[in-house]
Amino acid sequence: MQVNFKLNGTPVVVDVEPRMHLADCLRDELRQTGTHLGCEHGACGACTVIVDGAAVRACLMLAVQAEGSSIVTVEGLSTEEALTPLQTAFRKHHALQCGFCTPGMLTTAHALLTDEPDADGDRIRAVLSGNLCRCTGYIPIIDAVLDARAAYRKSDKR
Amino acid sequence: MKPAPFEYQAPATLREAVDLLASDPEAMVIAGGQSLMPLLALRLATPSLLVDLRRVPGLDAIAIDDSGIRLGARVRWRDIEDDRRLETAHPLLRETIAQVAHYQIRNRGTVGGSLAHADPAAELPGIAVTCDAELTLVGVAGTRMVRAGDFFTGPLTTVRQHDEIITELHLPFWPSGRRWAFREFAQRRGDFSLAGIALFYGEDQEGRVANANVGVIGACDRPQRLMEVEALLNGRFIDEGLIREAAETSARTVDPPEDLHAPAAYRRALVATLIERGLRSAAQHRSA
Repeated sequence: MQVNFKLNGTPVVVDVEPRMHLADCLRDELRQTGTHLGCEHGACGACTVIVDGAAVRACLMLAVQAEGSSIVTVEGLSTEEALTPLQTAFRKHHALQCGFCTPGMLTTAHALLTDEPDADGDRIRAVLSGNLCRCTGYIPIIDAVLDARAAYRKSDKR
Repeated sequence: MKPAPFEYQAPATLREAVDLLASDPEAMVIAGGQSLMPLLALRLATPSLLVDLRRVPGLDAIAIDDSGIRLGARVRWRDIEDDRRLETAHPLLRETIAQVAHYQIRNRGTVGGSLAHADPAAELPGIAVTCDAELTLVGVAGTRMVRAGDFFTGPLTTVRQHDEIITELHLPFWPSGRRWAFREFAQRRGDFSLAGIALFYGEDQEGRVANANVGVIGACDRPQRLMEVEALLNGRFIDEGLIREAAETSARTVDPPEDLHAPAAYRRALVATLIERGLRSAAQHRSA
């Protein structure tokens, strides 16, 4: 089936089997391999992407269900020139080691802080509870997201 | 973790969706997909056709009036969390839904999907049963209403006919001043709970319990009301003695499943503890 959606601001058209989930479509059809797949059944959060402004698990959505939507992946959060404030905070706080969960952490944190730039530590913990990390122990990730809040308060960029 | 192949249709009307279901005994409905997609990935479900409700109009509204709250089948958990009117119109619903699964799942999971999936530990079916809500089902034969208490028949099973689609959940009006609580316990935040309880009651002039409703999730093969506990509470003043009595009664009346996560005795004890905490908290707080 043919599906049309916007990927990181650019309109794309893909031809997929109905059973293909969005994460496979992004990785295998559109070669955007920043979106990682851990469990493929909605338990780990690594494949989180932002669909029409909301963070969702790309393995729990069919590619055909993305028709007409606007999707932002981890590739869409960065610029060629410099690290974004969220990336800078992750680097500063050593919020990643192996990096496998990082795309899901970044997309989730970006969606959260865009909607709720004043999210407190409890809220950030609750939201990130849907993303598994096996390296860091989470504390540096939470510190990084807390630190990045200032940048989301100043500007309303997405 | 790849689903078996299936066909896919996204009809533009409810009538077409019902007809598609009726035309294929192996067809299934998908909305947010947050319960169905894992089943497809694990091949526990292998439908021949998925009928997606995403284009069907009129299923995504939250309507509030004197008769209560109507939740369209495609209302997402996030929509309930974001609707400030529900802070007073149904605080129990709002607080409970904030505890459904995880952030990303609440952004896509829907009212109709959770009811149709009928996991015994799911939050919304528990609220629907506790509040004596009513579901609207539309099928080839027409529209019918089913009380939530009659809808769930066991784990992942309901009285929904194959060609029927849930269109709405109607929660009865929530009067101000009610006392209420929701408590659940899961091994990790966002997991299905090992058990959970929802309760609410009014008070008579002197402050005695009136019209108590008490429900459990995860502790039986379906969400259930604990009528014995309700009868025990009605007409009494809440004190530590009554709270303990209610907790003991709840543990005795549930019929918990035994699985690798917890033995039945553990779930029984858990229900008692949650009832105890819920009643204690409800006695301290009250809705606006």
